[in-house]
Amino acid sequence: MNNKLKTLVKGVLDVSPLMIPVFPFGIIYGVIGMELGFSAYMTLGASIIIFAGASQIVLLQLFSGGASSLVILSSVGAVNSRHLLYGAVLSEYLSSLKLTWKIILSYVMVDQAFAVSNVYFKNNKDNNNKHYHLLGAGFTCWTIWQISTIVGIVLGSVIPEELGLSFTISLTFLALLIDDFRKFKNIIVMLVSGVIATIGYNIIPFKAYIIFAALSALIFAALLTLTDLEKK
Amino acid sequence: MYWSLIIYAGIITFITRFSMIFLLKKDILNNKAKKILSFVPAAIFPAIIFPPIFLDDAGTVDLESNPKILAAIIAIVVGYFSKNIIATIFAGLISYWFLIFFYF
Repeated sequence: MNNKLKTLVKGVLDVSPLMIPVFPFGIIYGVIGMELGFSAYMTLGASIIIFAGASQIVLLQLFSGGASSLVILSSVGAVNSRHLLYGAVLSEYLSSLKLTWKIILSYVMVDQAFAVSNVYFKNNKDNNNKHYHLLGAGFTCWTIWQISTIVGIVLGSVIPEELGLSFTISLTFLALLIDDFRKFKNIIVMLVSGVIATIGYNIIPFKAYIIFAALSALIFAALLTLTDLEKK
Repeated sequence: MYWSLIIYAGIITFITRFSMIFLLKKDILNNKAKKILSFVPAAIFPAIIFPPIFLDDAGTVDLESNPKILAAIIAIVVGYFSKNIIATIFAGLISYWFLIFFYF
């Protein structure tokens, strides 16, 4: 097996265990798309065009709640801002690649692919084909995401509404935060965000409660970080 | 839903992923900036999680007859100890079903 293929396969294998929670997440997204009354084409189209689970669910939820385009898109931008961190961290390994490569790899740079490829890049700096690892990991995520979206779309038309599956939106995001539960500062930031959003839901106009609460909590996190660093 | 909205959201998502890879030759974010960006999930997700749990259909805070709060607490406890995403989601969902069928 040549080095490119070997690195690609390594990417696929490394990211595979992380696909176990992604599959039900994709199903939930597809089911919710159907329950909120979106067409199958649009629900799947968003998975292909946006390819970011949290952003897609925020988009569906805010749109069905009647939010304006500006609020929806700025909320999507806020949810996605974590990708700036991923790009910055990976840039030193990818800076010598051609533009086409950068575009393709950016499209598939989701949380799980970033997590495994960042580790691989650090340990395999000498491999000239190391970007194939991210390609393999990224397209594994892509394939699983599209298949699980389709399964969710099919299930969404048969699952009764009484099961309260919209509650799984909250549960899914809550599950994505389990690593933060053990960090005191993160818990404070979570509470600031949640309380502001809950109070602001009725007060803040244009359904801008998500973006308003998120930015407030992020500013709060910045203050916590900066005051903490000054002490040292 | 409009296709244009999906496409704009796709472009925004792509730009956040592409911009740093395109612009930077090496990682220039300092530790402070990284630390702050690491708080992004903790700052954003609760804004999505809290309102549907605590508010009823009319938008008022409902603390008494609300199975979602209990189910979310059970999910948090399971998540804290198991550190398992799937276990957390299913613990919350199953306890929610249990609560709505038997108590509420």
